[in-house]
Amino acid sequence: MGMAASESQQYHVLAVDDSIIDRKLIERLLKTSSYQVTTVDSGSKALEFLGLHENDESNPNTLCVSSKINHEVEVNLVITDYCMPGMTGYDLLKKIKESSSLRNIPVVIMSSENVPSRITRCLEEGAEEFFLKPVRKSDLNRLEPHIKRTKLKDQNLETQEKVENSEILHQQQQQQSETNIEQQQQQSETNIEQQQQLLQQGNNNKRKSVEQGISPESDRTRPRYNNGIATLV
Amino acid sequence: MDAMLQLQRQLFDYTSSLFNEGFLDEQFNQLQQLQDESNPDFVVEVVTLFFEDAERLLNELTKALSQESIDFKRLDAHVHQLKGSSSSIGAQRIHRVCISFRNSCEEQNVEGCLKSLQQVKQEYSTVKSKLETLFKMEKQILAAGGSVF
Repeated sequence: MGMAASESQQYHVLAVDDSIIDRKLIERLLKTSSYQVTTVDSGSKALEFLGLHENDESNPNTLCVSSKINHEVEVNLVITDYCMPGMTGYDLLKKIKESSSLRNIPVVIMSSENVPSRITRCLEEGAEEFFLKPVRKSDLNRLEPHIKRTKLKDQNLETQEKVENSEILHQQQQQQSETNIEQQQQQSETNIEQQQQLLQQGNNNKRKSVEQGISPESDRTRPRYNNGIATLV
Repeated sequence: MDAMLQLQRQLFDYTSSLFNEGFLDEQFNQLQQLQDESNPDFVVEVVTLFFEDAERLLNELTKALSQESIDFKRLDAHVHQLKGSSSSIGAQRIHRVCISFRNSCEEQNVEGCLKSLQQVKQEYSTVKSKLETLFKMEKQILAAGGSVF
């Protein structure tokens, strides 16, 4: 397998399929690759699990995230069947990508039919991968880079906001000790909070990664944070 | 111990014949690979779900095809589901019949649909009894303290 068990253990995948057979299969596949898995049988249940509710059906831009649900479980990747009654996998993908708070979650589409136009459409809409069914264990090796890249992207975004808040901070961070960086992060977090309140975005994922960034017991986040800086400059 | 070896040999030969005769394909191997100590009954569980699903769909298909005016879209949706679940467990022959069944649906060819329905029912009952035999052999070996993979 592409990654150590201890590493993927922390990643949580939401799998969506209307077929109970395929839910069983994808659940086992993911679990044997040491992912945490939640399965649901429809796109609307997936959105519910992600905490997305539609305030006004006539306007898709008024989607908002119920922070209560979303804060309880972080989803690192959504893998969904394409062909489902009601909301299709494509519809689900669109809803996720239209939501400011969910759009960073990588989405992978599965389909039993090899229809090129369908594949293109999904990839254009922001899907990371298109798996032909039945999904094999080897396909799952392709999930890990997307999860990691997204985590990195989240952190870059976070870094970018900090840089916008304070140019000096950016320069200082490269020279200062880690303890000092933590203090700076705490300061800039306050700035981000204010900014976010102004924008009223309620972006939980970003908030979450900020929290992870300053968490003292999490020694994994620091090198990644530095990676973020490196990519930026 | 000789008896055990013989049972295991029989199981091996029987499984091979199911692959050689095209009843099962590589996906069934994949299913077996997902079975381990933490999930010792995984294959039986999934295949049992398949039996339930297939029987429900075969009933739906029979009903839909006995209507005076046939709803081909609905028919095709059922065949699509059966095609998907048969491919998920590696029931290759059913999967193949489903492909031509769907073509007949698209052409709105009632004769073709009826023929496919008969074929798929036949393939289903054959593979079901073959798989049940396979599981029985495995059970026998496990009960005698042997291993099956």
